[in-house]
Amino acid sequence: MSAAGNEPALSWRPERFASRALRHPSFVAGMAVAAVVALMAALSLVWTPYDPTAIDIPGKLRPPSLEHWLGTDQYGRDTLSMIMRGAVTSIAVSFVAIGIGAGVGVPLGLLAAQQRGGGVDQAIMRVNDFIFAFPALLIAILLRELFGPGTLNAMIAIGVFNVPVFARVAYGAALPLWTRDFVMAARTSGKGPTLITVEHILPNLVGVLIVQATIQLSLGILAEAALSYIGLGVQPPNPSWGRMLNEAQTLMALAPRLALIPGFAIIATVLGLNLLGDGLRDLADPRLARER
Amino acid sequence: MLDFVLRRLAGLAMTLAAASVVVFLAMEVLPGDPAEVMLGTNARPDTVAALRQQMGLNRPAFDRYVEWTTGMLHGEFGTSYTYSTSVRELVAERVQVSLPLALLALALTTLIAIPVGAIAAARRNSAADLGIMGATQIGISVPNFWFAMLLVLLFSITLRWLPAGGFPGWAAGPWPALRALVLPAVALALPQASILARVMRSSLLETLSDDYVRTARAKGLSAGQALRRHALRNALIPVLTIMGLQFSFLLAGTIIIENVFYLPGLGRLVFQAINQRDVIVVKSVVMLLVASVILVNFVVDLAYAVVDPRLRKRR
Amino acid sequence: MLTRRTFVTGSVVVASTLSALPAWAAARKDVIVGVRLEPPHLDPTAGAAAAIGEIVYANVFEGLTRIDRNAGVKPALAEKWDISADGKTYVFTLRKGATFHDGAPFTAEAVKFSYDRARAADSVNPQKALFEPIESVDVVDANTVKVTLKRPTGLFLWNMGMPAAVILSPASAADAKTKPIGTGPFKFERWSKGTSLELTRNPNYWGPAIKLDKATFKVIGDSQASFAALMAGDVDAFPIYPAPEVLDQFRADPRFKVVVGNTEGKTIMAMNNGRKPFDDIRVRRAISMAVDRKAVIDGAMYGIAKPIGSHFAPQDPGYVDLTGKYPYDIAKAKALLKEAGVAEGTKMKLVLPPPEYARRSGEIIASQLKKVGIEAEIVPMEWAQWLSDVFKQKNYDLTIISHVEPLDLDIYARDDYYFDYKSQAYRALMAELSVTLDQAKRLELYGKAQTMLADDAVNVFLFLLPKSGVWNAKLKGLWENVPIPCNDLTEVAWED
Repeated sequence: MSAAGNEPALSWRPERFASRALRHPSFVAGMAVAAVVALMAALSLVWTPYDPTAIDIPGKLRPPSLEHWLGTDQYGRDTLSMIMRGAVTSIAVSFVAIGIGAGVGVPLGLLAAQQRGGGVDQAIMRVNDFIFAFPALLIAILLRELFGPGTLNAMIAIGVFNVPVFARVAYGAALPLWTRDFVMAARTSGKGPTLITVEHILPNLVGVLIVQATIQLSLGILAEAALSYIGLGVQPPNPSWGRMLNEAQTLMALAPRLALIPGFAIIATVLGLNLLGDGLRDLADPRLARER
Repeated sequence: MLDFVLRRLAGLAMTLAAASVVVFLAMEVLPGDPAEVMLGTNARPDTVAALRQQMGLNRPAFDRYVEWTTGMLHGEFGTSYTYSTSVRELVAERVQVSLPLALLALALTTLIAIPVGAIAAARRNSAADLGIMGATQIGISVPNFWFAMLLVLLFSITLRWLPAGGFPGWAAGPWPALRALVLPAVALALPQASILARVMRSSLLETLSDDYVRTARAKGLSAGQALRRHALRNALIPVLTIMGLQFSFLLAGTIIIENVFYLPGLGRLVFQAINQRDVIVVKSVVMLLVASVILVNFVVDLAYAVVDPRLRKRR
Repeated sequence: MLTRRTFVTGSVVVASTLSALPAWAAARKDVIVGVRLEPPHLDPTAGAAAAIGEIVYANVFEGLTRIDRNAGVKPALAEKWDISADGKTYVFTLRKGATFHDGAPFTAEAVKFSYDRARAADSVNPQKALFEPIESVDVVDANTVKVTLKRPTGLFLWNMGMPAAVILSPASAADAKTKPIGTGPFKFERWSKGTSLELTRNPNYWGPAIKLDKATFKVIGDSQASFAALMAGDVDAFPIYPAPEVLDQFRADPRFKVVVGNTEGKTIMAMNNGRKPFDDIRVRRAISMAVDRKAVIDGAMYGIAKPIGSHFAPQDPGYVDLTGKYPYDIAKAKALLKEAGVAEGTKMKLVLPPPEYARRSGEIIASQLKKVGIEAEIVPMEWAQWLSDVFKQKNYDLTIISHVEPLDLDIYARDDYYFDYKSQAYRALMAELSVTLDQAKRLELYGKAQTMLADDAVNVFLFLLPKSGVWNAKLKGLWENVPIPCNDLTEVAWED
C-alpha cells in the first residue's frame, strides 16, 4: 500500500541510523536477501555456468544434476544461468520504472504542494487520479500494440503506474512541511517557493521517498513478472522470471520444477524487498516501530 | 455537503470525458485493421475495402467519436466488428463471469483478512501475531498467477477436484459455474487478503492507542471488550477504503488470472478484441473499466466526507 | 518418442487410477469436442478464421462439392456434374430433396445467389479469388446450374468444396454470422460466447443418417486446461490438440487414442527476397543450410512433424522429396555468407506471429543463426500487426508462418506477395499449370515448381504442420488429417 501522505520526514543521521538498523531483524533479513539477489545479478553479467540463451535440444528437460544444478528447460538451456540473468532483467526493469515514476511524479507532487490550494494543485492531482484509473495492464497492452512488446515497454508501463504513487507521496509529505518553522524562516528571508522546495522541502523527503522506492521496487518486480508472463514484457531470448513461468505452464505436469524455481526466485526477492521496506519505515519512525 | 458532491460530480464528468478522448485516440493510432484480420491472408484488396466500408471505418474520426460517446450515454455501445453482435450484449455476457469472480474473491479476501487481522491486533507480539505477520508478508510476495498455476497442478491435475480452466456458463446451473470460479477466486484473494489483514491489524492498533479506547480500558473494560465495543468500528474505515480499491482492482485487474484459467471474462474480452482489432469493443470495455474505477473512488471519497467533515473543504 | 516414457509414467499411473471411466450402458449419442479458438462468427463466407470452418464445415454448411478426409473431392449438394471439352463450362445437377434448416428448399437459385454474392463488388468473402475465374452462373432449371468460366481452371471443383464456397439460403444469409442456416446434417442450436457451441441433429437431412444426436464444441484455448479437460473426461475429443509436449502422457493411457496426422500447413521461414541481403541467392542458401531442421522439429514440435524441402505437402500427389537439398552445414553456410559479403554479426529482424509453432521455432532458429554469425532479433507480433506490417507492407527480414491452403504453389507467382519473389520462369510455369487439365501433366508441373522453389531457396522450408489429435479410444470416425480446417462429425459414432 502506498503511504498515503501522513509519512513523517525521516531523521536522516547516518551514524545513529546504522547502529539501530543492524539491530532491526526485518531490515537485516531484507537487506541480506536483496544483497544476494543483487550479487547474483552482478555476477551473471560477467559469468554464468552456461550461456543462458544457448539452446541444446538433445539435452532438454534434464533433471537437476552436478552439471546443471537446477536442470535444463524444454530447449536444453541451463535453468540456473537463466535465473541469474533473469535477476538482472527484473532489477533493471523495476529500477528504470522507479526512475520514471519518481522523475515525473516527485516534481509534480512537489509543485502541487508548493501551489497548494491553487488551480495547479487541483489540476495535477486530478491528472494523477486519472492515470490511477487506468489499470496498468491496459497501459501495457496498448503500449505493446503501439510499439511492439519488449523490455522498454514493460519499463514504461510500470513507470507510468509509479508516477501517481510518487506524486501522492511527495505531495502528502511536502504539504505539512510548508507550515513548519524552518520553511517560514526561509520565506521571511526572501527565498522564492521553488528555491525553498529544492533547498528545504526535498532534502526532508529523501527518507520517505527511499521507503516508497523500496516498496515500488518489489511491486515492480511482481509487475515485470506478470507482464512477461502474459507476453507483454521481456522477449526471448532475454531470460526473465515471468517468461520462464509462461514457458513452464504447459510443462507443469511433466516438469513442475520449471515453474517452481522461477516462482521461488520471485517470492524470495519480493519478500526480501518488502522486509527491507518495512525495516526502513520502522527505522524512520520509531513510534511506529514500537507499535509493531 | 451538497456543494462538495456537486464539485466532485463535475470533476468526475470531466475525468470521464478526458478518458474517452484518450481511449478513442489510442484506438485511432493503433496499427492494424479489423477488416484485414477478419479476411486473412488470401483476401483481395477490394474485398478488404468493401468490408471497411461495411464496418463504417471509412467515416471521419470526429463523426465516429461523437457517435460513440453519444451512444454510450444512451447505453448503446455499437456493434462488435468481429462478433457482429452488440457490444452491450457481449459485455453483459462477460460481466456474468467477471463480476461473480470479483465478488467471490472480495468475499474470500474479507472473510480471511478481517478475523486474521483482528486476532493479530488483539494478541500483539504473540506467537500468533508473528505467525500471521510472517504469513501475510509471504502472501504479499507471491505472484497471483504463479499461485494459480500451483493450485491447478494440485487441485486439477493431481487431485482432479476442480476444473483447470474454462467456464461452463450459468445455464448449466450454479454449481458447475461456481466450481470453475473457486480456484481463480482463491488465487486472486490470497495476496489481497494478506494486504487487507495487515491494514486491519495496524488500523486496529492505531485506534486501540487512541484516547477514548484508553479511557474505556481505564474504566475496566478488558482489551477484547474495548476492541469489540469501540475500536473495531473505527478501525473498519481504512479497511473499507482499501476494500473499495481492491474491488476495482479485482474487476479490472483479473486479465492475467482470466488468462491462466481461460475464463471468458471482461479482461479476456479486451485482450481478444485488441488482437482482432475489434476496436469498438476495446474502447467500450476500457471505458467501462475506467469508469468503474473512477466511480468506486468517488463513492469512497463521499464515504470519507460523510465520516470526516473536515475533508469536504480540502478539494 | 519412446525415450521420454520413463519419467512420464509416474504421473500417468496416478491419473488412471483416480478417474476410471464408468462403463457405458448404451452407446452415447452425443459428443463433446474441444477446440482451441473460438470463432469470431459462424459464416465461413465472410471470415477467414479457421475456427469457423472447424465448427460449421460439413456439419452445418455444405458446398456443391466437398473435400473428404483423404483430401479428395466428392459430390455434396451437387449430385454430379458435366464438364465441357474446353474445360470452361460446368453443368451441376443438384441434389433433390435437400432443404435448409429453416425449411427453405435448396434450389439452383440458392447456388446462383451464393456464388454471385461471393463474386460481387461489395463481397466480403475471404477467398474471393476462388470465384475470380467465374464468368457467369446461370440457373438452367430448379435442379441444374451452369457455371461458365473465363478460362479452364484446374482446381475449380476443389475450390468449390472449400469452406468459403458453401451454399447459403438467400433468406437467411444476412444473419449467417450469428444464426447459421445451412443444409448440413447438424443444425445450429446455441452459442454461449467464450464457452461452447451446440449443434443438434437435422432430422430432415438429405444424406445418409448420422449417428449423433448432439455435438458440443467447447472452447478451451489454454494447453494446460485442455490437458486437464481430456484427463477428467470433460471433453471426449481434441481433434487438433495444441500441446505436443504432453502427447506421450496420453499415449501411455489406454483410455485415449493419439493420432498424429497431416495438415496442409507448409511451415516456412519466409525471407524478404526483395530486401538486401536476401536478394542474393547465396545468402538465402546459406540461411537454409544454417537451420538445423531436426533440432527445430524436436525442440518446437517434440519430434512429431515431417520435414519439407519445398512448398508442398508430402501427402499430396506430385510431391518431390527435396529435404536433402540444403543439409545442415555451418561451415558451408559461413563460407557462403562470407562470399556474399555478409559480415559477422549482421542483424536481422525475425518476426514471429502468435502461434506456438512460430514462437518456439523462432527461438530455436535464432540461436542456430547465431552460430553462423547472424544476430536474429526476435520480434513477436499479434496477427493484426503481422498482417499489416509483414504481410502487406513487407517490413521484415525473416518470419515464420505456416501456409495452410492446400496446393498453393501459385502464391510464389503473385505480384507484390510478401516474399517478393520475382522469378519470370516460375510465373510462366504457374500460368501453364493453371490452364492444364491433364492430371499427369499437372503432377509433372507441380514437381518442376517445387524444384524451382528449392533451387532458388526462396524461403527456408521447415516442416509440415502436424495435426495431433487426442480422443476417447471408443470414439470412431474423426478425421486423422485435416486437408482443410474442419471437424467433420458426419461419420462420428461411439463404439458399443
